[in-house]
Amino acid sequence: MGSRASSLLREEEIEEIKKETGFSHSQITRLYSRFTSLDKGENGTLGREDFQRIPELAINPLGDRIINAFFPEGEDQVNFRGFMRTLAHFRPIEDNEKNKDPTASEPLNSRINKLLFAFQLYDLDRDDKISRDELLQVLRMMVGVNISDEQLGSIADRTIQEADQNGDNSISFNEFIKVLEKVDVEQKMSIRFLH
Amino acid sequence: MGPFLDFNPFDNLLCILLGISFTVWFTLLLVFIIVPAIFGVSFGIRRLYMKTLLKIFEWATHRIERGAKDNNHLLYKHYSNAIIAKEPTSLEEEINEIRRRGSNRDLDSASAFEMSDIFYFCRRGVESIMDDEVTKRFSAEELESWNLLTRSNYNFQHISLRLTVLWGLGVVIRYGFLLPLRVTLAFTGVGLLVVLTSIIGFLPNGRMKNFLSEQVHLMCYRICVRALTAIITYHDSENKPKNGGICVANHTSPIDVIILASDGCYAMVGQIHGGLMGVIQKSMVKACPHIWFERSEVKDRHLVAKRLSDHVEDTTKLPILIFPEGTCINNTSVMMFKKGSFEIGSTVYPVAIKYDPRFGDAFWNSSQFGMVNYLLRMMSSWAIVCSVWYLPPMTREEGEDAVQFASRVKAAIARQGGLVDLLWDGGLKRGKVKDAFKEEQQKLYSKMLVGTQEDRSRS
Repeated sequence: MGSRASSLLREEEIEEIKKETGFSHSQITRLYSRFTSLDKGENGTLGREDFQRIPELAINPLGDRIINAFFPEGEDQVNFRGFMRTLAHFRPIEDNEKNKDPTASEPLNSRINKLLFAFQLYDLDRDDKISRDELLQVLRMMVGVNISDEQLGSIADRTIQEADQNGDNSISFNEFIKVLEKVDVEQKMSIRFLH
Repeated sequence: MGPFLDFNPFDNLLCILLGISFTVWFTLLLVFIIVPAIFGVSFGIRRLYMKTLLKIFEWATHRIERGAKDNNHLLYKHYSNAIIAKEPTSLEEEINEIRRRGSNRDLDSASAFEMSDIFYFCRRGVESIMDDEVTKRFSAEELESWNLLTRSNYNFQHISLRLTVLWGLGVVIRYGFLLPLRVTLAFTGVGLLVVLTSIIGFLPNGRMKNFLSEQVHLMCYRICVRALTAIITYHDSENKPKNGGICVANHTSPIDVIILASDGCYAMVGQIHGGLMGVIQKSMVKACPHIWFERSEVKDRHLVAKRLSDHVEDTTKLPILIFPEGTCINNTSVMMFKKGSFEIGSTVYPVAIKYDPRFGDAFWNSSQFGMVNYLLRMMSSWAIVCSVWYLPPMTREEGEDAVQFASRVKAAIARQGGLVDLLWDGGLKRGKVKDAFKEEQQKLYSKMLVGTQEDRSRS
C-alpha cells in the first residue's frame, strides 16, 4: 500500500494542485498519503463511508454536513483533486497574499471563500439563502436532544431577525457576511501546518 | 560414452558434499541455538548481529538522502508525525472567544446563539479529516531510516548500484538463509512443545509435574524466540508476576505471548481454535492448567469472570496473562483497556512491551494479513527487537471502580513504554464509535446556549 503513495502522484499533478490550492509540495504529498490511507477500497476515490470511519469526525455533531461539503452536487465519490480543493479553504492566509492583484481570481482560502464554506454548511439546498428550517436543522444537529423545539425555534427566530435586512425572513450570503464582519474568520477557519 | 562416465563420480561428490553440509548445518544449529535455549543462556550472537545491522541501515539512509539531493528529488515525508498543529482548547473556550471578538453588540444583550459558533465544529471536523489520533494506530508505524526491506520504504528508486546490491544481498540472506533456518526452529519448538507436554500429562499431579511443565514450556518458548531472532531486553525482573496474580500487557502481535512466556510461566487465556492451534492448546493444558474457552462461552461474561477468579484464588496455579486492549494496536499507543480483568480483585502486574521497528515491524494488521502470511513476514525480517518492562504490582484502591483502575494501569504502562495514552477503544479498528461521545459534545454545547438564557431570565 505504501509504495503506491508516491508512484501514483505525478509531478505535473502536484504542480497543478499547487497552483490551484496554494499548498506546498510537501503538504500535498503528506495529504496524499492521508488520502490513500483513508481510501480502504484502493480505487483512488473516497466515499462517504471512508470519512465516517474516522472516529473523531463521527462524533462531531456537524460531521455529516462537513462530509457533504467534499462531495459536489449529486456525486458519491471524491478524488484527490476534489479532496484538496475542499481542504484548501482551510489554508491559513499568508501576508503576501493579502495585497495581491485584485483582478486575479479569488484564492480558495480567502476570507470570502471561508465564509462561503460555512454558509454552505447551513444552506443545504444551495439556494443561496438560509431559511428558518435550514437554520433549525443545523441547530438541532448541534444541540441534540437537550433543548426543546420551542426554545430552539425562538433562538432561530431571534437570529434571523437580527441578521435579516431585506425582510425576506431568511439570511442571504451578504447578510451572513455582514453579521460576521467582526469575527476573526481568517484565524478560526484556518488550520496551521507543521511543515 | 566419455561424457556419461564423467558424470557418475561428479554425482557422488555432489551427494557427499550435500550430506556433509547438512550435518554441519544441523550440528551448528544444535550447538548454537537449541542447546542454549534449553539452558536459557545466550552467546550474544544476536546482539552483535543487531549492532552490525544498525550500522548498515544508517549508511543506507545516508545514501538515499544524498541520492535524492543529487537528483533534486523531494523525499516523501512520513505522515506518522503530526501534519497539523491542533489547538488544545475546549469547546467552551473557543466558542466564547469567537463570540467575544466578533459580536456586533455588547456582551450583556448577546443572543444565546451566534452564527459563528459552527466555526469551531467545522474546523475540528476538517482537522480530524487531515489527521486523527485513532485510524493511524491500526496500520504499521513508518520509519525515519530505511532498513533494507522494501515493505517499509516508500522512496525506493534506483539511487545507486551499491545500495541496490546491498538490498539484493539482504533479500538473499533473509529468504535464502534466515527464513529456512527460522522455519526449522519454529517447527522444532512447536513440535517439542506438543510432544513433551503430552508426555508430562501422564504424570501424577504434584510438584514434579509442575516443575517439569515449567521447564518444558520455557525451553520451547525460548526455541521459538530464536526462531524469530527476537532480541529481548527485560527490565526490572524483580517485579515479575507471581502466582495468584494477573499479568496485563499492551498488545501488538501474537508474538507478545512468546516474548513474555519465554521469561516466566503464565497461564494463558483464550478461545479454543481448530487446526494446529487447537492441537497446541489441548496438549499445553495437559501439562498445566491454562484457561481455554469454547466459542459459545466467550459471550457469557459471568462465566468468564468466574473461571478467572477461581484460577487466581488457587495460589498453586500460575499467574494469568491477559491483553486487555482486546486487539492488536501498532505499538505507538495504548488504547482503552476492557474492564473485565480489573473487576476480579486480585493483584495486577502491568507489563509494558515496546518493539523497535527498525529491524522488523511486529504489528499484526489482521485486516491486511492472515496469521500465516504474518508469521512468514516476521520470519523474513531482520530481527524482532523489543524491550519488556515489568512494572510494580498494582491493586484496586478504595473508592476506585474497575474502569478507573484500568485507566490507572493503562497510564502506567503507556508512560513506561513511551506510548501515547488514548481513551479510544481498540474495537474501533472494526466497529463504529458509540453515539454517546457525540451526545456529550451536544450536551456541552446546549449548556452554553441554555445557560446564557437562564442568566438573562434571572437578571
